[in-house]
Amino acid sequence: MVPVSTSFATQPWLRRFVAQPLFWPLLTLALLLLGNGVFNPGFLALHWRDGHLYGNLIDIGNRAAPLILVSLGMTLVIAVRGLDISVGAVLALTATVAAWTLTQVQAAHAGSNLLPLAWAIVAALTVAALCGLWNGLLVVKVGMQPIVATLILMVAGRGVAQLISGGQIITVYYAPYGFLANGFLLGLPFPLYVVATVFVGLQWLIRHSALGLFTSAIGHNPIAAKVAGVRAGAIILATYLFCGLSAGMAGVLVSANVDSADANNAGQLFELDAILAVSIGGSLLSGGRFSLAGSLIGALILQTMTSTIYAVGLPPQLNLVVKAVLVFVVMVLQSADFRSQVRAWLPWVRKGEQT
Amino acid sequence: MSAPASPSVVLHATGVGKRFAGSVALDGVELCLRAGEIHALMGQNGAGKSTLIKLLTGVISADSGQVSLDGRLVAPTTPVQAQALGISTVYQEVNLCPNLSVAENIFAGRYPRRFGFIDWRAVRRGSRDVLAAVGLDINVDRPLATYSVAIQQMVAIARAIGVSARVLILDEPTSSLDEGEVQELFKVMRRLREQGLAIMFVTHFLDQVYAVSDRITVLRNGRRVGEYLADELPQPALVSAMVGREVALAEGRDSEHRPAANAPVVLSAHGLGRRGKLHATDIQVRRGEVLGLAGLLGSGRTELARLLFGLDRSGEGRLDIQGEAADLHHPADAVAQGLALCPEERKTEGIIAELSVRENVVLALQTRMGWRRTLSRTQQEALATKLVKALGVKTASIETLAGQLSGGNQQKVVLARWLATEPRLLILDEPTRGIDIAAKQDIMAEVVRLAGQGMAVLFISAEIEEVLRLCDRIAVLRERRKVGELPGGCSEQEILALIAGDAGEVA
Repeated sequence: MVPVSTSFATQPWLRRFVAQPLFWPLLTLALLLLGNGVFNPGFLALHWRDGHLYGNLIDIGNRAAPLILVSLGMTLVIAVRGLDISVGAVLALTATVAAWTLTQVQAAHAGSNLLPLAWAIVAALTVAALCGLWNGLLVVKVGMQPIVATLILMVAGRGVAQLISGGQIITVYYAPYGFLANGFLLGLPFPLYVVATVFVGLQWLIRHSALGLFTSAIGHNPIAAKVAGVRAGAIILATYLFCGLSAGMAGVLVSANVDSADANNAGQLFELDAILAVSIGGSLLSGGRFSLAGSLIGALILQTMTSTIYAVGLPPQLNLVVKAVLVFVVMVLQSADFRSQVRAWLPWVRKGEQT
Repeated sequence: MSAPASPSVVLHATGVGKRFAGSVALDGVELCLRAGEIHALMGQNGAGKSTLIKLLTGVISADSGQVSLDGRLVAPTTPVQAQALGISTVYQEVNLCPNLSVAENIFAGRYPRRFGFIDWRAVRRGSRDVLAAVGLDINVDRPLATYSVAIQQMVAIARAIGVSARVLILDEPTSSLDEGEVQELFKVMRRLREQGLAIMFVTHFLDQVYAVSDRITVLRNGRRVGEYLADELPQPALVSAMVGREVALAEGRDSEHRPAANAPVVLSAHGLGRRGKLHATDIQVRRGEVLGLAGLLGSGRTELARLLFGLDRSGEGRLDIQGEAADLHHPADAVAQGLALCPEERKTEGIIAELSVRENVVLALQTRMGWRRTLSRTQQEALATKLVKALGVKTASIETLAGQLSGGNQQKVVLARWLATEPRLLILDEPTRGIDIAAKQDIMAEVVRLAGQGMAVLFISAEIEEVLRLCDRIAVLRERRKVGELPGGCSEQEILALIAGDAGEVA
């Protein structure tokens, strides 16, 4: 028997593929990149020069690194029904702490060693961890609403940062610091290694421990998880701690990128971009279902859009409008009501449903 | 078919069929509701009752068959449409807004307007009218939450019939009511029957079916077994129609399997209590023993279970597990000590609906092992498959989401979760509530088997028959304190006397 040609929606492998949680984010990213490639043939090109790999794709990954890090932290917080709107402020605070520590240590120990760099990173990450811990304790021990608990640090974080910097932009004159954001290792920008390490490490932890199961149990039904013996408090605290740390790493990368720290403007609206990346990536904002890979792709989508607007030569002010449109489209696509409505409009899909 | 034509047919469904993802939920089902009759829809969980209700009320649409209302073909596609047609439903859980007033609840979504504003006088007047129809005279301005669940249920009914209803569907309306409240509800149902409403009544309690129903339709595995007049269908015949096999209703524990009196004590509480929840209580469970906990709703049964499991902190008294003092701060501590609890509220505290059967089953064992040591995927699958088979959970696969199973099967999954931890003491809080007879039998047989293997079981149930059948000893609670303990072979009257206690003397 010769198989009769079937409508593609009925082919099981394709439907399974479309049903994959990462399908829509990946498709969006691929379309964005391809669209760029069509309008600007050089966009997708990669070339090797002076032992470094250059190209827009590398650039997007590199520039997206801070947002990817923060989105990964945000993903876990949201998975346990939390929210951290202080990440932008924590980013600014850690950027300032890193730059300030650097200049202080540099002043005390003249010479071109790596001591100031080590101190700056340790100080920044310690402050970041303390910020995360503070948020976590307010939510877990004090029992505050996550949005209110993290609002405190969102406001105070930038204030403390400005106290440290004396209201000035701290400029760093120290070459090793810039390497963190702009240096190359084995041909690739250094931030890509930071992101890869954190992402792979998290994935490994989720796969090879029970944390993934516990996290989704807490997110879906905290009471049932408690009755089953899941110690939600410790896990929720850990997610805020990690989210703080991820903002700290992002803060170091951001300030290293420009060899300075701007307590006022670093990481402005970063919390919203991170939440957007998480939701584009297919995690449920109400908790439970989460995808680290989805958030990574979501952050890449946001950065690609920004790069596209610059590449096409549109005014950068347009970025916010385009983002808003993207939010709208993604949210509409994620809505089950809307999708069933679309199915009702498309007779061939409906036919596929019934078989 | 023995459908006498005398009372006029209001709703007639014929040949109704529905499939879900390859499995047949309903197959050629016929249902005939008549004016001025209460019609019980009976069947086990998974028999297709819920699906049929959802089809009639427009929540889902049928694959085949037709429904006629007053002789006209109808096919509601939303609950609002169904209600406009005159098919109203009151669900098991009262889904009204407790913080709104009674009147607001009755008119929510369809407020009468005057000059574009809500006409509150009309709202109040209308509310009093529809409440009068169910025989209720209450202050309609007070928040709904200030009234008992039974009253709330009646408000829900009043809201449902408010809009010229022809058919009223009551889905397990009695599961959260006590005996007196059930009688109140029945009074309302009879009153509405007099008014010519066609009422469909779904319940798991056989006694209640016979107390109010005129006619019974039995479903089994998505098919209609038959329609009977309630008077002509004795209870055993109804049960065998539902189950499809003769069930030995009185299967209890053999006396030779009862534990020795000197079996080691697994758990003992001395003066355990918590202010406002439970007065100081002594309790002891031995290896291989089934201890029953009887008492009315609110007598402190669940509170005791929560204290024993570390869900609430005890304010006073001491708890020994295996002869050593235990201080339980969190259920995790109880799990570590080999305790297990199937909670009363299966949906909100037991099952995690969005996770698969496999994930639900391994959850408790995994929490006991800690987050670092994990069960491999293969181990998880083996464990889930074994327990699903052992408990007879009906599920398409172990990767099916637990929320898609029927109530009885969800309860079995929660039980499986705890059996995976091989507990010393299993606390079952109302494990058989709201589930069908076969699942009840399965769970009770499992309890007997587990006790036979040496597990201690604390069995909490409002159904005294069940407690009598299963338990070696029965502790009775009343008004948040333990009022006595009876041996397993005692009579129902002895238990009832203890439960009623002072209340009887005062009256």
